[in-house]
Amino acid sequence: MIIILNGERSEVKATDLAGLLVERGLTGRVATAVNEVFVPATARAAHALADGDRVEVLAPMQGG
Amino acid sequence: MRAFYGTELSGPLMLGTAQYPSPAILQAAFEQSRASVATVSLRREGAGGAGQSFWSIIRDLGVAILPNTAGCHSVKEAVTTAHMAREVFDTDWIKLEVIGHTDSLQPDVFALVEAARVLSEDGFKVFPYTTEDLIVGERLLAAGCEVLMPWGAPIGSGRGLANPYALRAMRAEFPDVPLVIDAGLGLPSHAAEAMELGYDAVLLNTAVAKAGDPVAMARAMARAVEAGQLAYAAGPIEPRDMAEPSTPVIGKAFL
Repeated sequence: MIIILNGERSEVKATDLAGLLVERGLTGRVATAVNEVFVPATARAAHALADGDRVEVLAPMQGG
Repeated sequence: MRAFYGTELSGPLMLGTAQYPSPAILQAAFEQSRASVATVSLRREGAGGAGQSFWSIIRDLGVAILPNTAGCHSVKEAVTTAHMAREVFDTDWIKLEVIGHTDSLQPDVFALVEAARVLSEDGFKVFPYTTEDLIVGERLLAAGCEVLMPWGAPIGSGRGLANPYALRAMRAEFPDVPLVIDAGLGLPSHAAEAMELGYDAVLLNTAVAKAGDPVAMARAMARAVEAGQLAYAAGPIEPRDMAEPSTPVIGKAFL
């Protein structure tokens, strides 16, 4: 299916959010949101992805 | 020093982690600054996993972590970012920024109060980046905040305290609330001035990170906040218009 991953159109095989992170190697310390709604780590496996979903995967970054 | 949500900080400097020339310089600057808090943010993770190596650096700094909601312009965006930050950084502290004006990065205080209420109800310990407005300060406290962080000047401007009169009034209005000057400082003298007003801490980033020698500037800032803190505790004299001789007049010889 096609989703928007961190702003980029991406073809993915995974059908749930946890699977997507594994598929893309984003298994470190990250937080996720789908369609602008926060999805906690504990809910990722049960969160099915749908065509066109906007997925954000965020990580620690420098800040002021 | 007033406690921040029950936590006594080891020192009055909070330092940002952005814009340093290298990770090694960031680490050395933190060491010299004696900062007790590091501010951090969340951004999209790339395939290279840049966020993971940054995480190991900040964890090793051994200071408290204060994630921000920098760049957020709405309540929804800031609240969602705060939830994501709580999970990633494993802390309920959040530096709440809701930006209202693109050029000055002035906070949208109306959205700020609303976001602070939502997050406080959800168990967050909110550190709101606000203006020096006293009524907004009262509303933030009523919304659940136990700390206020008024700006010194616009973020990254290095101008120092633009409105010391209002900042002094804020200190007087909220004697029991931990207050932090956040943003706009450029020089150690600015940081010292903030502490001399009786503020509990200063939060700065650009002044150190973009200095010609960030590590040396971090050291200067450490000494400035210490000097200002000691001076406030020591009870400064009141300024006066006329001269008053410091050397005793009595006993002066007739020559």
